[in-house]
Amino acid sequence: MWGIDPLMDSNSKPNVRRAVRVTAGAGLERWRVRTAWVFLAPTLAVLALVAGWPLLRTAMLAFTDAYLSRMAEARWVGLENFRWLLTDGDWWRSVQNTIVFTVASVSVQFVLGLGAALVLNVRFAGRGLLRAVVLIPWAIPTVVSARMWRWMYHDVYGVFNDLGLRSGLLAQPVAWLADDTTAMAAIVVADIWKATPFMALLLLAGLQAIPPGLYEAARVDGVGRLNAFVYITLPLLKPAILVALIFRTLDALRVFDLIYVMTSNAVSTASMSVYARQQLIDFQEMGYGSAVSLMIFFVIAVFVAAYVTAMRASLVEEG
Amino acid sequence: MLKKWARSALMGLTLSALIGAILPVAGAVEITIACGAVGIESRLCREGTESWAAATGHRVRLIQSPNLSNNRLALFQQMLAAGSSDVDLFQIDVIWPGILATHLIDLNPYYGEEQRQAHWKTLIDNNTIGGELKAIPWFTDIGLLYYRSDLLDKYGLPVPETWSQLASAAMRVVDAEREAGRVRMTGFVFQARAYEGLTCNALEWIASYGGGQILSPGGAIDLHNPRAVSALNQVAGWIGTFVSKGVLTYDEEDARGVFQSGNAVFMRNWPYAWALAQADGSPVKGLVGVAPLPKGGIDGRHAGTLGGWGLAVSRYSKHPALAADLARHLTSEAEQIRRAIAGAFNPTRPAVYRNAAVLAAHPFMGSLSELMDNAVVRPSRIAGERYNQFSTIFWNAVHDILSGRAAAADSLAAAERRLRRLSRNGRW
Amino acid sequence: MNARIIKTALERTGFAAAVVAIFTFSVFPLYWALITSWQKGSEVYTVRYLPSAISWANYRAVFIEQSFGHNLVNSALVAAGTVGVSLALSVFAAYGLGRVRFRGRMLLLFTILGASMFPQIAVLSGLFELIGWMGLYNRLPGLVLAYLIFTLPFSVWVLTIFMQRLPREIEEAALVDGASPRVVVLRILVPLVRPAMVTTGLLAFIAAWNEFLFALTLTLTDRARTVPVAISLITGASQYELPWGRVMAASVIVTVPLVLLVLVFQRRIVSGLILGGVKG
Repeated sequence: MWGIDPLMDSNSKPNVRRAVRVTAGAGLERWRVRTAWVFLAPTLAVLALVAGWPLLRTAMLAFTDAYLSRMAEARWVGLENFRWLLTDGDWWRSVQNTIVFTVASVSVQFVLGLGAALVLNVRFAGRGLLRAVVLIPWAIPTVVSARMWRWMYHDVYGVFNDLGLRSGLLAQPVAWLADDTTAMAAIVVADIWKATPFMALLLLAGLQAIPPGLYEAARVDGVGRLNAFVYITLPLLKPAILVALIFRTLDALRVFDLIYVMTSNAVSTASMSVYARQQLIDFQEMGYGSAVSLMIFFVIAVFVAAYVTAMRASLVEEG
Repeated sequence: MLKKWARSALMGLTLSALIGAILPVAGAVEITIACGAVGIESRLCREGTESWAAATGHRVRLIQSPNLSNNRLALFQQMLAAGSSDVDLFQIDVIWPGILATHLIDLNPYYGEEQRQAHWKTLIDNNTIGGELKAIPWFTDIGLLYYRSDLLDKYGLPVPETWSQLASAAMRVVDAEREAGRVRMTGFVFQARAYEGLTCNALEWIASYGGGQILSPGGAIDLHNPRAVSALNQVAGWIGTFVSKGVLTYDEEDARGVFQSGNAVFMRNWPYAWALAQADGSPVKGLVGVAPLPKGGIDGRHAGTLGGWGLAVSRYSKHPALAADLARHLTSEAEQIRRAIAGAFNPTRPAVYRNAAVLAAHPFMGSLSELMDNAVVRPSRIAGERYNQFSTIFWNAVHDILSGRAAAADSLAAAERRLRRLSRNGRW
Repeated sequence: MNARIIKTALERTGFAAAVVAIFTFSVFPLYWALITSWQKGSEVYTVRYLPSAISWANYRAVFIEQSFGHNLVNSALVAAGTVGVSLALSVFAAYGLGRVRFRGRMLLLFTILGASMFPQIAVLSGLFELIGWMGLYNRLPGLVLAYLIFTLPFSVWVLTIFMQRLPREIEEAALVDGASPRVVVLRILVPLVRPAMVTTGLLAFIAAWNEFLFALTLTLTDRARTVPVAISLITGASQYELPWGRVMAASVIVTVPLVLLVLVFQRRIVSGLILGGVKG
């Protein structure tokens, strides 16, 4: 308790009336719930305002044949858009591409991010600089970094081919983005580079929240480092891992810029968002495009549900 | 002794000034125009609007829009769909008049028969949707063949007249140069990324073989025909031999990068690449020639796809007449001459290509005029607001053929079926 | 004894190797951007590992051709505003969601997350309308508001998760002593979740700083235009030409302030001490 005592003493003059009210047993809980709602209200209000209308609108348009240049003439078409969507091979291809992309990039990002976070959690000279440097890939605007990677993958003046040719690993230049399989791999690599910092930083914050005392106690008890990692670090890091994975997966499932810059609208690598954008912007199909957006929402919801089920324990445990 | 263009510039200004005086405007009005991004294009646009503002007493506000036309279209659509009056005058791509038609006013009342006739008919036709002129042509673009004159000379090869000649010449040079240790040498670069540029390229191949322009003026679909199949088969056969597979991911700048760094014998590109290839510091400076794109065969034709931009007035503009007047000023002969000389923007008026000052500045422009007469127009007018869907189906089919995922005949037949479904059987 | 020395030596080498690997992985593309930005014209089409000459022409061009400085200020204001509002709102929301048990808590958490489950492009039209109605089109507050769509759910979630795990006694002791809930959050919980707050703040700042699609659609002129949009305007003599050296110069200009920002704030991604006392 020594950690918080000074704060208490300096900040709160005992307030008898409130203390009495607060300690009044069951009343305390009710009072806390009311406070919780009061505290939540501004956030909910802001979200209802900025996200509420756009999302409601999307949900409504999904059942119409709205066309961007003639919005006023939109008619209700029921589930028609979804019927078309479910039979469109290009859509299913984009779902498949997106899932492959997400699973591949998020899992590698998790492993690398955890490794980086562990390194950054150790005290050493230059740690501050490394912590700043690690964020560089995340800090370069995606529109630019995606173009940069496209440039690096170029078959004639790209740096990867140059390195490969110089070192003798490649006999001739490879067009990384032209072939279906290497294109997806190349896109995943670029995303790993881009988003690992996000993962690393969130996990680092999680590591910082683990009391160092626990490790000391473990060392005294003769627990090895690997065991300490498995039995102390991982369980305590679980909530941070969950939130990092959820948000990274959410982002990966909505990937747009990276793929659009690398391979444009090519069906073999297009993601769900690329498909949605094509419908909403290029084709002006607001109705159909909104239905696509709604489907993307459901696909993402399935992933979120899977995470939560898998890691349920850590969420419910303390709440 | 006034030069002719200077005289017409003066006349244009006087005319604008007159209109400005006659129109019942209580005071100076501000017209907003979205033109260019930054750099020389934006500067030339600003200078053009300034001379109009000086003559009419109105103000002009310039809005810069993103470089990539896809981003531009998204932005414009959003503003127009919301009925925003923030921008009066839009610079729009040649394929957009149909897509944006409902949001644009008819310019015919402001732009008489005589004025329209001063532009290439193909461009005016292209910008006319349902009898309404949706945009005044401003500057244009056309697909060209660039070649390395030094390499052709070295191997004693002529500038190719047909695609087959191009193929054998490229093969010959690439084999010899690779033998000599230049592993990166490739024969021909063009734009085969899955995007609008591929539509332009593929249309050129098909048209050069007499395979038509996919949509007839009436809207009938003719894509799956023997000429189109053989044209695309030929191109697909190049890939992996003297054309590197990387071309499937190339846009204009990728192709230019390869060509300009001296790694390609031939390139298909727009006129903009000329000045850059010939600029100081370019490794291929002085080693480049330009020609019409090859014919399909002896009986084929030279076909270059038309690109470019026009000026369109928003339906939601509060001052459509003034905006139209500004558009007329910016697209006038004098302005086009000025822009051609200072920025190499290709005029939309045949007369300008005969102007001595323009030719002195860019000798290369003289030859464009002839090509413009045979230009291939993308069927954006026919497909109207569904043009992007049309183009996507087409380029996807072509991309599948070139990357070897599908046979030409199958892919084109499938695309034709999709086009029929999209157009409700050619009714568009 | 010897074996132990060797073991430590190996460990140290391994650790150093990891540090070097992380450094190279992160910095290489920026380094590459830097040397590209120093090149001119056609040089960008040849692969170089060391700068041939250092030319600042591209940097000058970026500032001369457009009001890039102004755009930078806009970006900074928008990003700072977004982070400020997000953190201020979410720290209280996180208290409600993370420290109090009530019915519908999970449902609420997932509803908030739901706002982040639509592709950005899907909310674009509605947002454009909304911002227009509110009179915030082409204004910085409009962008801040729009960015809350993605920063707020993220901040709420991270802070909720981090607050949830703090032992309950901390806050109860304070409440019994008569502190108001607001004081409990600001004086007691905030310092304890500081690493999470700094981390969320940095990630949200970067996300807002780099956002392109909303910024493109919700702004019109330099009055509110941010840096990513300004970069997308960079063009050569024609619409097709992409002056790569200049784009890279702009990216370096945009990235360096962020690195400095992180350098300043990374020290605060440390807590531990207080928590250690409580749990241990």
